[in-house]
Amino acid sequence: MSIKRETIKKISHEIVDQVVEDELLERFKSCYGCGTCSGGCPSGRRTAMRTREIIRQAIVGLTDELLTSDLLWLCSTCYTCYERCPRDVPTTDIIIKLRNIAAHKGFLRGPHIAVCKFLINTGHGVPLDHEKNPNWMNLRKSLKLAPIPPTVHSFPEALKEVQTIIKELKFDELIGYGEEVQKEMAKKDKEMAPKKIQVLEEQLKKLKSEVEKK
Amino acid sequence: MTASAPAKDIVRDYDLYLGCVAPNRYPQIEAATQLVFQKLGITLHDMKGASCCPAPGVFRGFDIPTWLAIAARNITIAEQDKRDAVIMCNGCYGTLLEANHIMKTEPERRKATNDVLAKVNREFRGTVRMRHIIEVLYNDVGVPAVADLCVNPLRGIKAAVHYGCHLLKPSETRPWGKDERPTFFDELVEATGAESVDYKDKYMCCGAGGGVRTAVKEVSLDFTREKLVNIKEAGADIIVDCCPFCHLQFDLGQVEVKQIFQQEFTIPVIYYTQLLGLAMGLSPYELGLLPAADKPAGTSPFISTKPFMDKVLSNMK
Repeated sequence: MSIKRETIKKISHEIVDQVVEDELLERFKSCYGCGTCSGGCPSGRRTAMRTREIIRQAIVGLTDELLTSDLLWLCSTCYTCYERCPRDVPTTDIIIKLRNIAAHKGFLRGPHIAVCKFLINTGHGVPLDHEKNPNWMNLRKSLKLAPIPPTVHSFPEALKEVQTIIKELKFDELIGYGEEVQKEMAKKDKEMAPKKIQVLEEQLKKLKSEVEKK
Repeated sequence: MTASAPAKDIVRDYDLYLGCVAPNRYPQIEAATQLVFQKLGITLHDMKGASCCPAPGVFRGFDIPTWLAIAARNITIAEQDKRDAVIMCNGCYGTLLEANHIMKTEPERRKATNDVLAKVNREFRGTVRMRHIIEVLYNDVGVPAVADLCVNPLRGIKAAVHYGCHLLKPSETRPWGKDERPTFFDELVEATGAESVDYKDKYMCCGAGGGVRTAVKEVSLDFTREKLVNIKEAGADIIVDCCPFCHLQFDLGQVEVKQIFQQEFTIPVIYYTQLLGLAMGLSPYELGLLPAADKPAGTSPFISTKPFMDKVLSNMK
């Protein structure tokens, strides 16, 4: 997507204001669009993600376009752009903040929700899962380690603490909310599918008749 | 440092922060790290009740205050133990180092986070350091002392060293300074007698982080595929890393790359303490470099490390 003059007639500072709430991210505004970030980006090398474009969209207030975009989630947070930015814009941290804003609007990805649920239920993003599958526990045993590591897995009261923090900050609600939006989006997709096909078929017909005319 | 100076007045007791991937998917890394530190005369204590760091990609990406509070809770465990923590994973290191930094330098966020921690009777005090094991090995123990302990030098082994991202960046909170091409990890690898081979885009990300592996696996594996191509081209025998998540991405990743891109690689992936332990003369079975008789099927590693062991043994003859 290119950002044309017509597109930015109405500049909104909604996102800028939210990002610079965090004073360390204030240098956001000093981006001059040189593209050093995109130049060194290992994700941009193979996908359509352009860090420069994301920062630009945020500054000119293309809220929905940016926050619903899959591209926002293709950054592997390697911090190459962050290190190289000649304006000291904390690029990676801004992408993380933008993801927070998107998540709070309910734009979460399904697999991310699954990992969050692991954290909420077990205290680990990647749990040992020994009740369902003893293999990993047995692998630990074969290496002469304690079958269950001395983490939250061994201390139920520690897991409670993590869950209390999660409840206190309403992280569980955030994830649940995301799930509802996901379901709604999937439902809408399903409803829209026949319509979309119809539109595509009409376009195809039109094209065919144009080709035949020529 | 003068040659072979014995590690002098260094800290000899740490809490070992485990994280998720090392204890729950690659326990070889945990076992090798414990064994190597024992050899070094440094005791690693259990950090009881620690949780996920939480992962900087997914959880920090969703809600920064939750990420900070859970990380700060983990740090308070080390504070209670009155010990600095050492960390085996670059992602955990990134989270705990930065959370520690934020809590120490930003009074408002510290207060807000401590208000939450009060609900679980904890308080962040800012009394401990969060360190990567590589930092302890390089900055405290030192390369000459590490080399001195390598009684079985791994000569003739070509290693593709992978630093990973969060070990190095953002550089302002890391102990290495701002350097796009550091050499400290290569020096530690070469202390074992192996040769660190140069390869294209050596400092590039493995692709796993930032929630990319979780949500868009094909994209993350394309990073990995590119690195594998470059590593193979350099003629490396093994990949050496210092992060269990990069480790998983390279090891399990080679199986997945074959499925998705029909490109086959069989390059053994070795965590640094496994390599060092072997050079120190520790048992390859205890280090997880050869499978124990009771190793369950379908568990890591997914790329056999036996060809590496064969080469090490034949080079010794």
